[in-house]
Amino acid sequence: MILAAAAPASPADAWLERAPLLLRDALTGWLPDALRPWVAALLSIATILGVFGLLFAYMTLAERKILGRIQNRPGPNRTGPFGLLQPFADAIKALTKEDIVPRAADQVLHFLAPVVLVALSLIGLAVIPFGRNLVAVELEASVLYFFAAGAATELSIFMAGWASRNKYSLLAAMRALAQLISYEVPLLLSMVPVVVVAGSLSTTGIVAAQGGWAAGVWPHWHALTPWGFSAFGVFMVAALAESNRSPFDLPEAESELIAGHLTEYSGFKYALFFMAEYLGMAALSAMGVTLFLGGWQAPLAVLEFIPSYVWFGMKLLLLLLGFIWIRATFPRLRIDQLTRLSWKFLVPLALVNLVNGGLWAVTSDWTGAAGVARWVVSALLVVVPFVVLGRSLTAGYGPRTYRYASP
Amino acid sequence: MLGKGLLQGLAVTAKNLVGSYHDPARYVTQEYPEVQPKLPEAYRNFPFLVSETADDPMGTLRCVACQICEKECPPQCIYIEKSKDKKPDATGKAQIYPAVFAIDTAVCMSCQICVEVCPFDAIKMDQEFAIAATDRFGGLLLNREQLAKPNAYYHQIHPTEAAEVDERLAAERRAAEEKARLAAAAKAAAPKPAVPAAAAAAAPGAARPAPAGSTAPAASAPVDPVPPPAPRPPSP
Amino acid sequence: MMLPDPAATGLARVRKIEGAALGLRTPAFAPEEGAGDLLEVSLGPHHPSTHGVFRMDVVLDGERIVRLKPVFGYLHRNHEKLGEGTSYLGSMPYTDRLDYLNSMTNNWAYALAVEKLAGIPVTERAEYVRVILAELSRLLNHTCLAGFLMQDCGCSGTPLMYAFREREKILDLFESLSGSRMMCNFQRFGGCRVDPSAEWLAATRTLVDGYGAFLDEFEALLSGNEIVMARTQGVGRLPAALAVNAGVTGPMLRASGVGHDLRKVDGYGVYPRFNFRVPIGRDGDVYDRYMVRMLEMRESISILDQALRGLPGGPILDPKAKQRGLRPKAGEAYGRIEGPKGEIGFFLVSDGTGNPTRYRVRAPSFVNLTILEDLCLGHSVADAVIILGSIDIVLGEVDR
Repeated sequence: MILAAAAPASPADAWLERAPLLLRDALTGWLPDALRPWVAALLSIATILGVFGLLFAYMTLAERKILGRIQNRPGPNRTGPFGLLQPFADAIKALTKEDIVPRAADQVLHFLAPVVLVALSLIGLAVIPFGRNLVAVELEASVLYFFAAGAATELSIFMAGWASRNKYSLLAAMRALAQLISYEVPLLLSMVPVVVVAGSLSTTGIVAAQGGWAAGVWPHWHALTPWGFSAFGVFMVAALAESNRSPFDLPEAESELIAGHLTEYSGFKYALFFMAEYLGMAALSAMGVTLFLGGWQAPLAVLEFIPSYVWFGMKLLLLLLGFIWIRATFPRLRIDQLTRLSWKFLVPLALVNLVNGGLWAVTSDWTGAAGVARWVVSALLVVVPFVVLGRSLTAGYGPRTYRYASP
Repeated sequence: MLGKGLLQGLAVTAKNLVGSYHDPARYVTQEYPEVQPKLPEAYRNFPFLVSETADDPMGTLRCVACQICEKECPPQCIYIEKSKDKKPDATGKAQIYPAVFAIDTAVCMSCQICVEVCPFDAIKMDQEFAIAATDRFGGLLLNREQLAKPNAYYHQIHPTEAAEVDERLAAERRAAEEKARLAAAAKAAAPKPAVPAAAAAAAPGAARPAPAGSTAPAASAPVDPVPPPAPRPPSP
Repeated sequence: MMLPDPAATGLARVRKIEGAALGLRTPAFAPEEGAGDLLEVSLGPHHPSTHGVFRMDVVLDGERIVRLKPVFGYLHRNHEKLGEGTSYLGSMPYTDRLDYLNSMTNNWAYALAVEKLAGIPVTERAEYVRVILAELSRLLNHTCLAGFLMQDCGCSGTPLMYAFREREKILDLFESLSGSRMMCNFQRFGGCRVDPSAEWLAATRTLVDGYGAFLDEFEALLSGNEIVMARTQGVGRLPAALAVNAGVTGPMLRASGVGHDLRKVDGYGVYPRFNFRVPIGRDGDVYDRYMVRMLEMRESISILDQALRGLPGGPILDPKAKQRGLRPKAGEAYGRIEGPKGEIGFFLVSDGTGNPTRYRVRAPSFVNLTILEDLCLGHSVADAVIILGSIDIVLGEVDR
């Protein structure tokens, strides 16, 4: 790559935008050509590990802080200023704790489960375009790769539950499988219309399809269309369930199953599960940003001077904040309600949305009054199924009125 | 419609997140070791024995070892041995005193029945709550030296109650003096009436470190030094 | 992957149990033919949701409960026998430790029994103060219960922390009046131990005036929440007939649609002077139990308002009433009040000495807990946890 000295003509040429590339070239430039791609790949792996490792560390802190504030308490504030060293204290504690393996446990599986889980949670990040020039691996069908990797994480939870030889863990393992089967479907279905509309299975292609602005102010992000909004909702609910976060944290379910699949884990293995949960959450949120929130695209043209990876980071943090907020607010569903929510609500919604996305793709050249009609039809195809399905889902439940005993 | 209740809930938690930064009614946390709790005056913890002075706590204990508290204590955590002899108390009157007075704070349940049944206002409830000890037998069994705290300390922790008690005791004492004086007047012919009367008249003022003035909270009257609580006994 | 041999592993207790041999109490759920192995799980005594040391020995078919055996007694402290060896006054602080959330009402029920036994009149002011404290105690208990129940439902502590924030304010009131936050030891025979000051009453007034707003917010967070409704509605139904037959009392009975409230039925203290309603449920499920308590708190606020306004002057404790060395004539008495958890009663038999010869506690959470299996059969583990939560037990009272 040649260092251009000219003033930036487009945002893509801004120095900050290209800083990661320049850094890579500076670090690998002195190597022989044959080695360069390998070292570059290693560099991107190290970067992803470093950035997401730190993100994990500070997500745990942020979660505890925000949860604390929502619950009107300070949260961790003793380790370092504002508790900023808390993640490291936790890491040291986890590392120095005794690693207990039950005698009856399947030793190999018990050891493998957390390792596999973390590895699988990490590899999905390879195909996420974190910025204009920042994607570790360019694949033709990177979306498929991502979901294939993600689906396997639930299997390692089953592994952990099964290998522990603990009844609570076993129940958790069964729940994890039920959850996996139920929520892979809406997760994938919600992504299909995006692929249809964007006409690409690659993440970079999908982000590129969301570039530009309608009327100069309305970004072409998928979440800002009726069908995309619905798909985004389904995707995020399914992502919550996939990452075993409240209100879908049934495998862990501390009030019912002690700690579910984590019951027999201690020390660093436990920390690995924790890490995998946050990495999985971050990966799914990153995918949500890529598919629906325009990836690294800036929301307004005038804001393009801010580098693309900063935009991506901000959107990612926003979604993660949503995860925390939801966790702070909702109780947990029961396993049958969890599966019912998926099969009777999310899956039909996603199926209708397939049609909706298809229509949107077919009518992409409608303008004027037809363009308005396109929006109205698409919106109706979202609202009507939502109301109808929602009503059938909540049939039998509802607020009640109460009588008072006659004196 | 599905989702209304969920959004309502999210709004409540968001309100609390913001509120915890500016609304003291929501953010009620006190960070304990730095911020010491403001204990209400009525707060009670474990009993202590009231002595009239700080200088000679053992000599001026109000306790006369009547053993009522020992008998009434529901968990039976008080142990008293009466003295064989009599010693003059703060007013100079010869009294039996507790040779041994021990409270096992590991057993005590802070019910303050002992305080209620004590006819001599000799045992009161303390407010010191950080009483962890490393030795769970000896460390929590307090003897009379550790239990004794001066009346001034009592005024410091329970000002209103202590003022009432002092008033009542003073009234009783005055009544007793009155009675003694009447008795003395009746025996006016006797040659030496002045000695006990003078002693009785002099004693309260001299022995009492905290007269009526100290009913105000002790924070505003730091003149009267309050000794630190008795140290824990060394482990045997 | 090899399937583990149940006998050789930690799952050795997985075993086949014939449905008929289980002695099912209600035909709520019977495992189908060839439904597979049943799993016996011991929930507790150390379990996050058993509210203390309590054990549920459950047999599961998948996640469904086929049999549930409540096991308690882990917190047995010999309360009744202690009461027979202690003076009448000396038992008062022990009653604090029965249901340690509601020492004020426990004290009152015990004081009532002794007052009946010894024929001690109670001063007017004390009656009002007792009502104020009992209703504050009810607010405290129901608020905490809602928080605990939602914690059992899987909330990450938020409702519980809000409940504890408000509970703290009530505990502060208790502390500044009685000297202790939970172990108040406040009632005495013939009145109360301390006369509340004007400042205390003003602080109580402030709390009572603000409590409605807190309940509004709390209910906005929970009562209309779809997840809460889905989790609690239709779960753990208690038919009115079973509730009455089992001796269930308190909000649990009223949630099943029986309008039985001792404040109305017995009219003890000065309750007949207050204007309040008794909310009753229809389905008797967990949601009804939760909502009945919520509505009861609104009524408590109204009672508190009336009591604070009508509080008369006069002595708080009859100076002639004997506390220490009380020796009632030989006889027996049963004093009961509507505690926050149900009917809390003390039965005392005197033989004329300083200690009762028989001292018996009718603990509401113990009686209410006896129907746990009937409520849980056919439901899942997750439901059993919230059904237990909705019964509102305190193990100090169950095991005594």
